[in-house]
Amino acid sequence: MENLFIAGEAKTPTINFDYNAAELEILGRSIPENSIEFYKPVNEWLEKFKHSDKETLVMDIKLEYFNTSSSKCILDVFKKLEEIKTIGKDVRIRWYFESDDEDMEEAGQDFSAIIKVPLELITVDEL
Amino acid sequence: MRSNNLKDKNTLKEKKLEQNNLFEVYEDLEKQNVVLSFKGDLTPDLLTSILQVIEKKLDINNEPVPVKRKVFNVLVECLQNLYLHSHKEGNKIKSTNNPDDIPSVIVMVAKNETGYNILTGNIISNESVKTMSNRLTEINKLSKEELKALYLETLTDGKRSLKGGGGLGFLEIARKSKRKLEFGFVAYDDQTSFFSLNVKITH
Repeated sequence: MENLFIAGEAKTPTINFDYNAAELEILGRSIPENSIEFYKPVNEWLEKFKHSDKETLVMDIKLEYFNTSSSKCILDVFKKLEEIKTIGKDVRIRWYFESDDEDMEEAGQDFSAIIKVPLELITVDEL
Repeated sequence: MRSNNLKDKNTLKEKKLEQNNLFEVYEDLEKQNVVLSFKGDLTPDLLTSILQVIEKKLDINNEPVPVKRKVFNVLVECLQNLYLHSHKEGNKIKSTNNPDDIPSVIVMVAKNETGYNILTGNIISNESVKTMSNRLTEINKLSKEELKALYLETLTDGKRSLKGGGGLGFLEIARKSKRKLEFGFVAYDDQTSFFSLNVKITH
């Protein structure tokens, strides 16, 4: 299976999905007008991963900003991870936030309460 | 809420923008500490530029990081509301003066003693006035906890508009602002109204 890399731009995050390492990273800003379009390849890649023989998956979320349009897409991505976990793979999410960013911390807690995938909140000085 | 009578509006329309009153406009904006002002059609590229200008300005003003984050987040949602809305409405509404025009928007960011005001205005259909007014009135009645509960409920409802909106914009704006949303409508013509929103961000 191929890796997925999308370079970050002013309104969209960097997507770095490494198949061999089974490590997925979303970092930067996610504030596009049409987030559904942007997250389409992400969900398609995860669907393929679901049927691969990899047993584990770690997703790192390092977002500085995300808009409300993206929040529904991020939830869809997490729902997809939930599906992957349901079929027996070991799936984990690491949600990074800057220590003084209470809103980003709360957003991580909220997602954690909604989805049935272990989500670890990690504080950093700077993303 | 208030609505102007038609006579006032026509007088405004007939007043031509000339060199001398352009200075009045400038001075007025300057006095009100407007750091950014835009009137015209909003494109995705322009939206990006506006955000860049504001980010830079917040840095120059040495604003605390939490204020920068809030102003940025709220501005993103306000601009995208305008963008999605003016495009959506643009297909339905034909301005009487220029039938091919997509209704343009107005955006202002002003600094005050306690923080920033983010002001936006756009033309909406008269049918939308009641829906909008009811929604914002309801949002203004909610406590912090109730806003969060409604946000989470809306986040997980699985509904999306064709343009990618998810009904979360105003909720997010209200949560970030922590103040009541100020809004108003002015009758524009038989079919449309001008909708204005003032969001306050305090330190």
